[in-house]
Amino acid sequence: MLSISNLHVSIGGKPIIDGLSLHVPAGEVHAVMGPNGAGKSTLSYTLAGRAGYAVTAGSASLDGEDLLALTPDQRAARGVFLSFQYPLEIPGVPALTFIRTALNAQHKARGEPETSAPEFLKRVREAAGRLRMDMDMLKRGLNVGFSGGEKKRMEILQMLMLEPRFLILDETDSGLDIDALRIVSEGVNALRSPDRGMLVITHYQRLLDYIRPDRVHVLAAGRIVASGGPELALELEREGYDKYARAA
Amino acid sequence: MTVAAAIAARDPDLLPSRRDEDWRWTGLRELIRVVPPASPAVASVAEDEMLAGLGWPTLVFANGRALEEAEIAIPATGKGRFVRRFVSADAGTAHHLDAVVTVGEGARLVLIDSFEGQAGDYLASAALSFDLDPGADVERIVLLDDAEDAVSAARSTVSLGAGARFHQTVLAGGARRQRFETHVRHPGQGVNVRLDGAYVLSGKRQSDQTTVVAHTGQDGVTTQLTKGVAADQARGVFQGRIVVERGADGTDARMAHHALLLSDRAEIDAKPELEIYADDVACAHGNTVGALDEAAIFYARARGIPEPVAKTLLTAAFLGEVVERIVNEPAREIAHAWLLGKLEGLA
Repeated sequence: MLSISNLHVSIGGKPIIDGLSLHVPAGEVHAVMGPNGAGKSTLSYTLAGRAGYAVTAGSASLDGEDLLALTPDQRAARGVFLSFQYPLEIPGVPALTFIRTALNAQHKARGEPETSAPEFLKRVREAAGRLRMDMDMLKRGLNVGFSGGEKKRMEILQMLMLEPRFLILDETDSGLDIDALRIVSEGVNALRSPDRGMLVITHYQRLLDYIRPDRVHVLAAGRIVASGGPELALELEREGYDKYARAA
Repeated sequence: MTVAAAIAARDPDLLPSRRDEDWRWTGLRELIRVVPPASPAVASVAEDEMLAGLGWPTLVFANGRALEEAEIAIPATGKGRFVRRFVSADAGTAHHLDAVVTVGEGARLVLIDSFEGQAGDYLASAALSFDLDPGADVERIVLLDDAEDAVSAARSTVSLGAGARFHQTVLAGGARRQRFETHVRHPGQGVNVRLDGAYVLSGKRQSDQTTVVAHTGQDGVTTQLTKGVAADQARGVFQGRIVVERGADGTDARMAHHALLLSDRAEIDAKPELEIYADDVACAHGNTVGALDEAAIFYARARGIPEPVAKTLLTAAFLGEVVERIVNEPAREIAHAWLLGKLEGLA
């Protein structure tokens, strides 16, 4: 599924990711944990294709296809979905319009037929119900005036609607209270399947109580410095990142 | 020094020049060396599908002449919905027209004024007057669809009785030079004026929306919101002047102009002016020029929306605020469709 090999990324000439390799097979959930400044957000933005993140060496591919050669919207159409740490507010564009535009664009890029308006609304209602979101929220400007937790729900709602093949969750637990964390996690877990992969990027272990990873990787100073099973997350929670920060 | 006088006398020296402060960004004398000959009379013009779909009574002016009726007069307490089409049909010619709208006491009018270039390279001028009796209510939507190599200048003058309401939304697509002036003599006395505008400019098009509102009496309200986008080498001009004369206390006047530059070579010139000679007033103006939010574009692209679609979506949302203020629903839908059509032309 997702293969990252010896990836080097610089921002403004400053190296941030420094030889990162990672493989996430289909059907698995991998967590990437690390201290602030380790390069977690840089990794997620690089995979999504944000401008200003210069890949100076290495590769990243999804099912053998070179992701780095694709535009952000092409990557999304291939099934890559990044749940933003800080989702944007877009005044004047209702969430329903935004999601429908995105869904249609992805269908078009893949040569699939458009979802009809009634079918789209039916699916949105179901997804909103699952996330306990009011449909009125979807008729207002996207994320405008939303709390941090509401914005994260809106990310997951988009994820449920777009049905991506590979999910990247960037600090999805930040800004969530326990109830919201549970609801959001249920939304994410609903998408777990044998043909999907997931990369859960987080500073804290608590999200992993709800979204159980198959593998845990420690990211420090721009590279993976340790990998293990779910028990590694618990160890990090107990002992902190100090020893890895020093080792890097 | 008016375009009308220059056309009548075929004398380019009578055209407004950049040296006239009010025309500094739309000087015509520097542009036009020879005033073109008078436009010929035209028997009929092609229908406009979108406007015809409204089914409203329609007055057609072609090359400066009314084909049938020239005047709109709504009697007291009456109601009317009209379309006026001002069509320039012959290239390389010039014309001027005068047209009058009167709205009786307590009467209501919704009016769409559509300026259409069906040929290129013309010089068009219009003087349009509005006379509203007390309590009259007018909502006017103006569509400026000139040819890209045309020069057009229209001047509207509005006089208002006590308690009247005049709401206007001007949607401009630009031309070689496109000037749209609105002059309002605001008597206060509970009169409510809204002067909005939006422009979508590409290529080398230019558009100039100029407004002058003179508050002469107490307790008048004026709100203005103009938003625009300029791509390529286009130039958008907004000049808004609000004058609050001595004694016009209780005036509430607010003016805003916000523009997006979609290219490095596009240009926005804005001059908001408040001249206040009364004491007890609430006046404010705001003016911003910026670019589309790159972070928002990336966010949309990360969801699979291609860059040109994302830009159109964000630009439409930016301009949509102006259209949303149109109260009459069919007119608002026309305005919306018109804007989307122009935005697709940008992408």
